[in-house]
Amino acid sequence: MSTRTFRVWRGDADGGDFAEFDVAVNEGEVVLDVVHRIQAEQAPDLAVRWNCKAGKCGSCSAEVNGMPRLMCMTRMNVFEEGEPVTITPLRTFPVVRDLVTDVSFNYEKARQMPQFAPPADLKPGEYRMQQVDVERSQEFRKCIECFLCQNTCHVVRDHEENKPPFSGPRLFIRAAELDMHPLDARDDRREAAQDEQGLGYCNITKCCTEVCPEHIKITDNAIIPMKERVAGDRYDPLVWLGRKIFRKGKTSA
Amino acid sequence: MSDNDLNDVEHLACDVLVIGAGGAGLRAAVEARLAGKTVIVISKSLFGKAHTVMAEGGAAAAMGNVNANDNWQVHFRDTMRGGKFLNNYRMAELHAQEAPDRIWELETYGALFDRTADGKISQRNFGGHEYPRLAHVGDRTGLELIRTLQQKLVSLQQDDEAAGEGDAKLQVIDETTITELFIEQGRVKGAFGYRRGTGRFMAVAAPAVVLATGGIGRSFKVTSNSWEYTGDGHALALRAGASLINMEFIQFHPTGMVWPPSVRGILVTESVRGDGGVLKNSEGKRFMFDYIPEVFKAQYADNPEEGDRWYTDPDHNRRPPELLPRDEVARAINSEVKAGRGTEHGGVFLDIASRRSAEYITERLPSMYHQFKELADVDITSEPMEVGPTCHYIMGGIEVDPETASSKVTGLYAAGEVSGGMHGSNRLGGNSLSDLLVFGKRAGEFAAEHATASEPPKLRDEEIAAAQAEALRPFGNDGENPYELQAALQAINGRLVGIIRRAPELEEALRELEALKPRIDNVTAVGGRAYNPGWHLALDLRNMFVCSVATAKAALERDESRGGHTREDAPGMDPEWRRVNLVATLDGGEVSLARQDVPAMTPELLGLFDTSELAKYMTPEEYGPTEAEDA
Repeated sequence: MSTRTFRVWRGDADGGDFAEFDVAVNEGEVVLDVVHRIQAEQAPDLAVRWNCKAGKCGSCSAEVNGMPRLMCMTRMNVFEEGEPVTITPLRTFPVVRDLVTDVSFNYEKARQMPQFAPPADLKPGEYRMQQVDVERSQEFRKCIECFLCQNTCHVVRDHEENKPPFSGPRLFIRAAELDMHPLDARDDRREAAQDEQGLGYCNITKCCTEVCPEHIKITDNAIIPMKERVAGDRYDPLVWLGRKIFRKGKTSA
Repeated sequence: MSDNDLNDVEHLACDVLVIGAGGAGLRAAVEARLAGKTVIVISKSLFGKAHTVMAEGGAAAAMGNVNANDNWQVHFRDTMRGGKFLNNYRMAELHAQEAPDRIWELETYGALFDRTADGKISQRNFGGHEYPRLAHVGDRTGLELIRTLQQKLVSLQQDDEAAGEGDAKLQVIDETTITELFIEQGRVKGAFGYRRGTGRFMAVAAPAVVLATGGIGRSFKVTSNSWEYTGDGHALALRAGASLINMEFIQFHPTGMVWPPSVRGILVTESVRGDGGVLKNSEGKRFMFDYIPEVFKAQYADNPEEGDRWYTDPDHNRRPPELLPRDEVARAINSEVKAGRGTEHGGVFLDIASRRSAEYITERLPSMYHQFKELADVDITSEPMEVGPTCHYIMGGIEVDPETASSKVTGLYAAGEVSGGMHGSNRLGGNSLSDLLVFGKRAGEFAAEHATASEPPKLRDEEIAAAQAEALRPFGNDGENPYELQAALQAINGRLVGIIRRAPELEEALRELEALKPRIDNVTAVGGRAYNPGWHLALDLRNMFVCSVATAKAALERDESRGGHTREDAPGMDPEWRRVNLVATLDGGEVSLARQDVPAMTPELLGLFDTSELAKYMTPEEYGPTEAEDA
């Protein structure tokens, strides 16, 4: 056991400052354990959002020494001995209190996007798909909605004005997931991503991929293919014709 | 927000109020909305974060995609065996019959389960299930379930929007906790709670209320459960005049992480064993062969060779004992550790590294690989895991009508972990996700029907003011910090009401709980009302407390060992106790217990079992009449 210094941002929408806590740290602990100890012993009203403490629910997102992370998956041994640990709330979203931010932006964007469209000709129990075909979408369905990608994306991180037209990486992988779903009945996922979600704002700096705790290849496997296909479909007359003829735009490519 | 705004109670109304936004609550909401009702879902956390997200292995449904011999009768039989025949048979029957439809329906909502070679939903082996039966997505099935239902709700909201309806038809109110139900003349008429973010109070008038709040695991220190699991629905139901059954039955999942201490209790999915992992003690012995109980000898291999052959030829070999129901495996691990054959950190070894290729492990168990690598520095493709029992699930819960999910209180329904009866004394892995779909749908359906037949209720100012005063009480108290009191409660349960129980210890637990009561009544919150976790915990404590008392009392009363209730001073099952449910109600603020008959299975269902098997559980007069129908 050792004693470490934690600097935790405390405040609300009107402003705040860092509070410093000297707190015991045991072997094998993660940042969230230490935050809980601060709550239990020094600041019972310290606001922190968490649920599972096992990296599965995506609730305890924050910025630890400047890096967007899940507090429950950040081991204390990644910090140097004697290095203070500084925790701030996610920067891209409005502060509710202390380490808790208002992440409703992400839910509003999800509300705007068309959901799965079931195929009209199949009844429940009749769906047949090959594993290799569902795997592409399954990668994106690993998303735990921690919103670290949304928080990190520079399109909105310091540009409030981009929030209305831009849905962000979380919703781009949702669009890609539905686009690649073998049985989704809509054929306009890529166009919608471009026209309604603001896919074009992304200039593939891959920051989202770097912070994803589920290691989803957001840029390479979702954003880039969606961009390429939108471009291909739009400007290639043969592809355009093919999309008119074949269901879901599944061209011979 | 000024204090004036803050003291303004937000008034809402709907036809069906769903409390809880896990699988059961969301499935109920879908059904009630499809029935044309206006629905409000209250979520204690953010939308999509509920504890369902942590389910790993899968959802059990006899679709017969992997083994065509499977059907609802076999699933029913396995469920009854797993619950040691204490289950409400009708719930187990409906569950086994309806689970496949509930799973297939999820595909029409967009769920993407793993597939078989012929493109159907793949199914995996799990403890207590005779055939591969669990629909799954790697080891993150719960996430798939909750996300699918979350997205279905959004699609229903979009349908409403497209139809020119307002937002009010289907609302999800997140980060909100319900503290009281409003009851008038034995009927529920709404609920009271607070928004966590602002601390602002809310009163919702509704003729039908579905409780889907999950379990009680946070009353134990070593648990796989998230912070929300404070028995809110159990306690709300008790205070509303409903009854709880089987509260003594708590499932300790055999495999939780044990090291490092900060992750103690985090779940290690049963799929590790379903996919070939075995349990070994510190001497390297695969010990589960020593722990096959009499009632299961016919179905489980008594040697490693046969057990290993079963993975590839299940029709001609018996299954390995690592796949016994969870209560058996948890007790076995407990015994090995107690006998001094445990690991350095007080667990046993779970080894899949020496049995399967690294590629197979990372493909089938990606979350487990990730979890051990990041939290324990253990590479499960090359080293064994250290595991031990962790509080995982409560079989007990609100007593409900099997068909309608209705509690004893008119208009009050319950589904999922908060309800009782379905799993008897022990739940099989995979039966929780299917349970919450089957009975979530039923609760939504019948709550909607009830709402249609009811007048919109009116809430009185006095009852709202009383609920408000009660919720604010911790701010005026001068007692202890809620975190200390929670630790004290957890210590009592862990030490005296855990996996192995004895009468004197249970009596001691009840004495210590009694002594804790005034301290909890006087729990103190400091700070303001906006997002104040100390205040939230202070209010949750009384729920944890009443559930703990119900469990300890029932555990003391039932002097036999069955499923998730092991009495060292009363080993073995007693056929007389099999006929008894212990029913807890609140009487003048105190938990009181009564005995009630377990509903007797129909002759048709009894006929699904060999008489010799029934004889291990029942008294002769219970199974006698079916002897002639053995064909």
